[in-house]
Amino acid sequence: MDIIHILFWCLSALALFAAIMVLVSKNPVHSVLWLIVVFFAISGHYILLNAQFLAIVNLIVYAGAIMVLFLFVIMLMNLNAEADPQKNSWMKIIGVVTGGLLLTMLVSAARSSSDIASKTATLKVGDIGLIQNLGKTLFTDYAVPFEISSVLFLSAMVGAVVIGKKD
Amino acid sequence: MNELVYLVPLFPLLGFLINGLCRKQLSKTLVGIIGSGSILISFIISVVLFWQVKSTGAGLPVDPLFTFINIGDSFKVDFSFQVDQLSSLFLLIITGVGFLIHVYSASYMHDEEAPHFARYFAYLNLFVFSMLLLVLGANYVIMFIGWEGVGLCSYLLIGFWFKNDNYNYAAKKAFVMNRIGDLGFLLAIFWIFQKLGTVNYADVFANTNKLSATDITGITLLLFVGATGKSAQIPLYTWLPDAMAGPTPVSALIHAATMVTAGIYMIARSNILYTLAPTVQAVVAIIGLATAIFAATIALKQNDIKKVLAYSTVSQLGYMFLGLGVGAYTSAVFHVMTHAFFKACLFLGAGSVIHAMGGEQDMRNMGGLSKHMNITKWTFLLSCLAIAGVPPFSGFFSKDAILSAALDSNTSYGLVLYIIGVLGALLTAFYMFRLYSMTFLGQFRGTHEQEHHLHESPKAITIPLMVLAFLAVVGGFLGIPEVFLKNSDWLEKFLAPIFASSTAITQKTPSEGSTEIIYMAVTSVLIILVIIFARNKYMKYQKTGAEENGFGKVLANKWYVDEIYDAVIVRPLDALAGFLKNVVEKSGIDGFVNGVGRFVQYSSRQLRLLQSGLAGNYILFMVLSIVVLFLIFWNQIQIVQFLQKIF
Amino acid sequence: MPIQYYITLASILFCIGVTGALTRRNAIIIFMCIELMLNAVNLLLVAFSKMPFAVLPNSTAAAGTDAQLFVFFIMVVAAAEVSVGLAIIVMMYRNVHSIDVNFLNRLKN
Repeated sequence: MDIIHILFWCLSALALFAAIMVLVSKNPVHSVLWLIVVFFAISGHYILLNAQFLAIVNLIVYAGAIMVLFLFVIMLMNLNAEADPQKNSWMKIIGVVTGGLLLTMLVSAARSSSDIASKTATLKVGDIGLIQNLGKTLFTDYAVPFEISSVLFLSAMVGAVVIGKKD
Repeated sequence: MNELVYLVPLFPLLGFLINGLCRKQLSKTLVGIIGSGSILISFIISVVLFWQVKSTGAGLPVDPLFTFINIGDSFKVDFSFQVDQLSSLFLLIITGVGFLIHVYSASYMHDEEAPHFARYFAYLNLFVFSMLLLVLGANYVIMFIGWEGVGLCSYLLIGFWFKNDNYNYAAKKAFVMNRIGDLGFLLAIFWIFQKLGTVNYADVFANTNKLSATDITGITLLLFVGATGKSAQIPLYTWLPDAMAGPTPVSALIHAATMVTAGIYMIARSNILYTLAPTVQAVVAIIGLATAIFAATIALKQNDIKKVLAYSTVSQLGYMFLGLGVGAYTSAVFHVMTHAFFKACLFLGAGSVIHAMGGEQDMRNMGGLSKHMNITKWTFLLSCLAIAGVPPFSGFFSKDAILSAALDSNTSYGLVLYIIGVLGALLTAFYMFRLYSMTFLGQFRGTHEQEHHLHESPKAITIPLMVLAFLAVVGGFLGIPEVFLKNSDWLEKFLAPIFASSTAITQKTPSEGSTEIIYMAVTSVLIILVIIFARNKYMKYQKTGAEENGFGKVLANKWYVDEIYDAVIVRPLDALAGFLKNVVEKSGIDGFVNGVGRFVQYSSRQLRLLQSGLAGNYILFMVLSIVVLFLIFWNQIQIVQFLQKIF
Repeated sequence: MPIQYYITLASILFCIGVTGALTRRNAIIIFMCIELMLNAVNLLLVAFSKMPFAVLPNSTAAAGTDAQLFVFFIMVVAAAEVSVGLAIIVMMYRNVHSIDVNFLNRLKN
């Protein structure tokens, strides 16, 4: 078991633990912070998979911009553990059981498939995740979606302004 | 010329339509003229037809008016009439007596408001129309149309004062009782058609040899069931006394000229079938005689003037069936005719009395009316003598004809029939003169107000009474027995062609003239004695207010037949209906129907909870659905294997 | 690293997200759970991009680039979504003074 495998397991455990903590935390601010931890862990996975560009973008966009936005909104509303609405315990149990059922289905489906049983994801090698290669493809083959995404951002911005305007 | 016959029922129909449709516009006088006039025209045409039949001595051939029902080649019913001795005689009775009753009604019903007055005449005309259809039809289907028509009209007329619930009840009773009989008649028609493929009288009677003994017995029995309903015989007679709820002229019309004679007519028409079924004949005779005695005993103790007459009608009808049962068809028809005269006269006379008494019908409150109502009294007396069978009034001849036929009938029980019949005649004499004495003789027992009001009825009432009384007196001379006068039984000869095929089968040896005369004399003396006894007994009748007791109470309560029917038939049916309504309908059918509705309501109320509007619930269902879709579409075997592996 | 591990990891993360969406009533938490699910999918896409394609023997060196660009676009869309979604939540809070999703259980009023 080399260092990469150890890192994989550690990151996986961290991601799962942090994800659970997102749910368990009463205080929304803590949830946000635990979610950031999850994103960091996932970025670590990206690095392990040699997808440096996505790892950085994930940190900047998700852990940076989006979660700050969340944090900003939460603090704007002054939410805390006391203000947190709670579902009744029955609904919580049903939710957990349902989620567990879905997980069982998904995992059993994946594990029962013989096609991918022997497949592996190559770690540490390969350069498709480098910003150079991705950039080339993005600005040649994916130029139009890229431009369209800018229009999407524009419209999202307009929408946010319109919705957030006081009447 | 022979198609003239179609005009006979046409005029009453027109009268019905005019009076019925324009009842709000026409004045009472005009309604009376239209109503009576239409019958008068029919009567005149009937006389012409009768004269033709009499002079030719045979039935007139009449072409069918149109094809009534035509289904393929197998079933064809013409709307055709048949004019022969029997139907032309009935035509005369119906239109003649009917006309007198119409004239009488115009005066009797004068207090009614104009629309109701017109409605009354419309019903009367429809009644006569139906009866004419019944009599004239050349096949059983046309007869059945008329048969149902008179049933309907009797319902309408008995319930004429529809604001009184008791009258409506009586009307319903008449209708239902008739319906029971009608079913028998209808089944008989089906049976005939099934076996012979035709319902025309001529074809049926010509092909009786194609019918087995069972067929004939069945058909005649079913026809007789129909006759018991319409002609008020045991066990279906109870509607007739209750039919008194209608206006008095209606009772006269139902009892004398129309309706109740329908059964007699039908059996007389089908005489050949009955002659071929001696068993059924015996049944007819016994039931007729039983009815005659039974109704006569009830009449002994009735105090309502119309009820007494009603039971006397039932009793007299019993005699007619006795006549039919012993094969004396002519005598039965003869009695129909004389009965039409004297019973119409009696009913109209009773109407006159009731009119004078201001609606009072209880004989205990009458008495001594002869001082005030001379014409009514005399006509009533003559009719009473006629119905009691005092020679030489009409009832004597017709009743005697039936009784002697019963005696002559070549059966072992002929003498028994005769003696019981004579007993019934004595009872008849008794109760009729009880009625007469209580009403017209002795002291007036009503209130002073009523006494002051007493008066003779107007001309429109008395003239029909006089005409009918005259007919009641002389009507019997149409059928003087041969023993009195050679070649005198005119009616028998006239009707002979109708019953030719029957008489051909039952060659009877006429009884010896001398015995017949002795029997007659004894009977007559007995009757006269009974009359004198009854007259003396009830002349000094005083109102005591005491209840009848013992056997008298049973009679006064009509042998409790209504109560027995109520207990045996009505109550169980009621209970069954109640059970069906309350249990089967409520919890079974309603329960099922409402249950479906309630289930849908309930389930939709439960399903509505799914649409909570809560996003969390929607997500839950979405996820669950995904799980289910996985289970359905994924390879289940692999999943199961995996699940077994991990658990 | 066997691809199964990644699939399982991503599935678990995804189901944690689902469970969170089911068990919480706080709109912001639910929103964050959705982000978690998106990230789980992203992780899986990246893992698949690094899987040698046995079915495509002549796969070029650039095989898998598309998958990573897909992740990129998902992030783009997520960013846009978050901006609009948070704007909606802010407006909802402004109107009902609550971020309980059960408050908004009817279309009218």
